[in-house]
Amino acid sequence: MIEVKKLVKRFGLKTILRGLEFSVAPGEFVALLGPNGAGKTTFLRILATLSRPSLGNVMVAGYNLPHQAAQVRAKLGVVSHMPLLYPDLTAEENLRFYGRMYGIGNMEERITEVLEMVGLENRRKDLVRTFSRGMQQRLAIGRAVIHDPEVMLFDEPYTGLDQDASEMLDDVLRTVAAEGRTVVMTSHDLARAEELATRFDILSRGVITASATQKELKKTNLLSFYKQALADS
Amino acid sequence: MMDKKTATIDSRPETMNRPSSIVHRPSFVKATLAIVQKDLSAEFRSFELISAMLVFSLLVIIIFNFALELDVKVRQSVTSGVLWATFAFAGTLGLNRSMSVEKDRGCMDGLLLAPVDRSVIYFGKAISNLIFMLIVEAIVLPVYSLLYNVNLFRLDLLGVILLGSIGYAAVGTLLSTMSAQTRTREVLLPILLFPVAMPVLLASVKASGGLLAGVELSEVLMPINLLIVYDVIFIAIAFMVFDFVVEE
Repeated sequence: MIEVKKLVKRFGLKTILRGLEFSVAPGEFVALLGPNGAGKTTFLRILATLSRPSLGNVMVAGYNLPHQAAQVRAKLGVVSHMPLLYPDLTAEENLRFYGRMYGIGNMEERITEVLEMVGLENRRKDLVRTFSRGMQQRLAIGRAVIHDPEVMLFDEPYTGLDQDASEMLDDVLRTVAAEGRTVVMTSHDLARAEELATRFDILSRGVITASATQKELKKTNLLSFYKQALADS
Repeated sequence: MMDKKTATIDSRPETMNRPSSIVHRPSFVKATLAIVQKDLSAEFRSFELISAMLVFSLLVIIIFNFALELDVKVRQSVTSGVLWATFAFAGTLGLNRSMSVEKDRGCMDGLLLAPVDRSVIYFGKAISNLIFMLIVEAIVLPVYSLLYNVNLFRLDLLGVILLGSIGYAAVGTLLSTMSAQTRTREVLLPILLFPVAMPVLLASVKASGGLLAGVELSEVLMPINLLIVYDVIFIAIAFMVFDFVVEE
């Protein structure tokens, strides 16, 4: 579903990604882990078509980037630590706006379905600025799945959430993944990543330095694997 | 070109085709209208942008009214200059606010993620900005008429104000998108905008001044034609370069 070969990204003289190789099979849930400044967000922004690769080959959902970016965007849902929601619109108005931008049919039915999925059907008429951070993040996931994307990208979705809100987000993420979507998530929360993901890739200094599936990790735990991978790089 | 619907054939490997058919790529016009409607709904709920522009505009014309102590003749000759200075500064306030709403909460990324041509974002935001400017102008003009005892409700003058506002919103939306990505956006926008928008402002002042002085329409055709040409050029340039402006 995602195929990345020899990806290089430069900002001026600074090279962030240095020949990164990465692939994700359909239905896989990959946690992309790594220290601050490793290039996780830059990489996700390239997959999300928000940034252009300097060199290399990137295929998402069968389409080539950056040339077929519009086709990729139709198949893609993105959640970042910012909600990408308008505070002066209600929950349903936000979803309706994004629904119109994606050209969704049966709009009202879909909005209700999504609000039920993220547990906000009772707050549909409330302004987003009155929502807690956790509720905003759940609505942000609703926004990202409104067009039923095949690939979901989550960039540090737990940032700023308390324990309860994080647990609620876990449930929503499981629902999103259970619907057969391919998921790539960056996170610093190793415990949550270990529970949710089926594969763990460590990104350090612009390349994937180690990768392990959930089955392979049974012998050890994610924290030891993560520390070892960073020490080896 | 603009109204093409997507009914595109999926040329990808079959394994990639997850059974989802709720998305039909929206037309250029529908997506543009969605942005305009979103901006208007949010603004008519908060009135943050229009109220700031309006208060600023009213203060400017009141200050000019007291400061210049104008007689009737002088009032007519300075009207076009005072009006366009007011519209330009108030417009800058609105442009800054309109784009920072998108930038501050990452909503610009939300727009850029939509599967539409990126010029849709430009046209949506430019139309919203134009509507906000026209609303403020519609309130400022009668107040100005009362304070300065000048009749501004003439079709030809309103036409010039509309053309000038279109040009200003067209170039202002493009430049505010650029400046919104910088830390000093409030300072940067007027520095970038006023030199570039100068042809629109000069032509607007010239045409409005001529009409208020009671000259024949044929005598102000030159600045009006210039305004039309500038509007077309600015819109065309923005349409061509907007993709590069928002690219990272």
